Amino acid sequence: MFETLILILDSTVRLSTPLLLACLAGLYSERSGVVDIGLEGKMLGAAFGAACVAYLTANAWLGLAAGISVAIGLSLIHGFASITNRGNQIVSGVAINFLAAGLTALLGQAWFGQGGRTPSLPDGGRFREITLPFADSVASVPVLGPIYSGLLSGHNILVYGAFLAVPFTWWVLFRTRFGLRLRAVGENPAAVDTAGISVTFLRYRAVIICGVLCGMAGAYLAIAQSSGFIKDMTAGKGFIALAALIFAKWKPVNAMFACLLFGFLDAVAIRLQGQSIPGVGEVPVQVFQALPYVLTVILLAGFIGKAIPPKASGIPYLKERT
Amino acid sequence: MSAGQLPRWADLGLIPLLNLTAAFLVSGLVVLIIGENPIEVVQILLWGSLGFGEGIGFTLFYATNFIFTGLAVAVAFHAGLFNIGGEGQAYVGGLGVAAACLMLDSLVPWWVTLPFVILGSAAAGAAWAFIPAWLQAKRGSHVVITTIMFNFIAASMMVYLLVNVIGKEGSMQPETRTFEDGGRLPMLNDIFPFFDFGTAPVNLSLILALLAAFGVWLLIWRTRLGYAIRTLGANATAAVYAGISPARIIIITMMISGGLAGMMAINEIMGSQHRLLIEFVSGYGFVGIAVALMGRGHPVGIVLAAILFGMLYQGGAELAFEIPAVTRDMILVIQGLVILFAGALEYMFRPALIRIFTFARTPASAAPAAATK
Repeated sequence: MFETLILILDSTVRLSTPLLLACLAGLYSERSGVVDIGLEGKMLGAAFGAACVAYLTANAWLGLAAGISVAIGLSLIHGFASITNRGNQIVSGVAINFLAAGLTALLGQAWFGQGGRTPSLPDGGRFREITLPFADSVASVPVLGPIYSGLLSGHNILVYGAFLAVPFTWWVLFRTRFGLRLRAVGENPAAVDTAGISVTFLRYRAVIICGVLCGMAGAYLAIAQSSGFIKDMTAGKGFIALAALIFAKWKPVNAMFACLLFGFLDAVAIRLQGQSIPGVGEVPVQVFQALPYVLTVILLAGFIGKAIPPKASGIPYLKERT
Repeated sequence: MSAGQLPRWADLGLIPLLNLTAAFLVSGLVVLIIGENPIEVVQILLWGSLGFGEGIGFTLFYATNFIFTGLAVAVAFHAGLFNIGGEGQAYVGGLGVAAACLMLDSLVPWWVTLPFVILGSAAAGAAWAFIPAWLQAKRGSHVVITTIMFNFIAASMMVYLLVNVIGKEGSMQPETRTFEDGGRLPMLNDIFPFFDFGTAPVNLSLILALLAAFGVWLLIWRTRLGYAIRTLGANATAAVYAGISPARIIIITMMISGGLAGMMAINEIMGSQHRLLIEFVSGYGFVGIAVALMGRGHPVGIVLAAILFGMLYQGGAELAFEIPAVTRDMILVIQGLVILFAGALEYMFRPALIRIFTFARTPASAAPAAATK
């Protein structure tokens, strides 16, 4: 029983990592007032870029850098449309999702000819599991041993990076000048402008940070969790991350718990496939698949607390001239 | 803002044209990057979609889907709502089609089934749009987010229903039994024998789609409700002062939108597949966004944009056959670029155009301006 629990929690951590990275990415963007439903597309583009470069160079770090560059590129398109041209941010996000889905499959087929997937990565092209010190020697200690060696140890560096990004994001948002301004520009850009700070530059920086984190999320999928890019490999994770962001009410620590919850649901769904729970019977796997979305809708409806987005999110900022 | 500084024809004709040209030029660049010849690609696209009867048939078949989903997005747009849930609403709409067809197909001819199918699909789609609409109207939950969530919920629910509840027994495929003749719409080939559409499944739904487009025009520009919808979309505060209840209009508009999306299922399920199967919507709901943006929310524009996207889908299939490097994913790229340029970057060319027009006009208008001073 305890073993099973550790196994489920272990896969929870693995499954929540891309959600968490994408969720924090969305957090920076939306806190600055730029709504981003293109998380999915950016992750997908990043996964493809990371897999291509990691395959060609056999270097996971270069793959990560490529993934981040692709995601930043897509972020800048979103920024150009929604900040500079004051276009509809949702329309722009939809466009980015389509572009990424189409381009990755198209270029993948044209370059590698394997139906949109990239070839399996060579040895150095993948982030490997890191065994934390003494993990093997303490494994036999009851309770704490399995938790340390089974749950905490044996993940790749992006997993640790994602969870470290949570306190870091909290610190940036609530303890730095940049964070204060970032939050302010998402609530009241006119006030920020009056204080002599450029709304445009602040929002562009937020969008770029969003790209970096989405890049890490995509790279995690393609060159850490699996060994190569598969067509449509994000499979809606960007939207789950968006749901988690709302569920977390746009707060970093909450975001971690929301992503862990959604990751846990996923892990349980995989575990319970075709098995029956005592007293309940067999729960269809679709229930677990739909649950994150259902929970988010219920939250949005205001039945479990209220999710209030940053006040200026989705509204392009126009400096009055007349 | 700088509205009104451009002549009407430039606003309504030139800017959309520039945006589309930009989208297609970038698509051409993508083709070049893959190492193929864009001109050859365009030739195959045109020939594949319009060059022969069967190609035209498929083009019109796809266009039928896009007219429905495009109208769905456009109706919501007029009220200032963004319905991204067309995909899910069309999927659930399939339930309404299947319910009517499975009950009636062996009892009555198709023309008796059809009204029930229309009602069923529209009601199912509208019902699926009702919850996000109600949440937006009464609880202020953003309709964009809830409709995205409802797409995923619909996908899970339909798989569950098709596998466990309404699926054909003893079949590995998650689908219902095939409908009898009473659950099949006549093909256009059979109604108009002088067209030769080959094996293309273009069917009576096309006429239905055109009627729906006319209906939407009537609704938006010729009825009291349409006026209320447009007022709400233009200025929600003014709408309240005009005695319009935003909550009521939001719910009604979203249900009309959902109903139109749901009717897309008629074409796929009753017109072509003759059984309910998983993932039959396959992105057509999302294409509606591109179609509505490109058609600028007007039914005539939407029908034209739907035909263009029908050409892309059918021509794209030919293309993948002729040039294997250019797969059908190219359509997704074009779709993304159209949404980007015609939607998000709608005003990108405006400042430059205004400068050109002002410059061109200055000598002529400077004199009278000086005279009246």
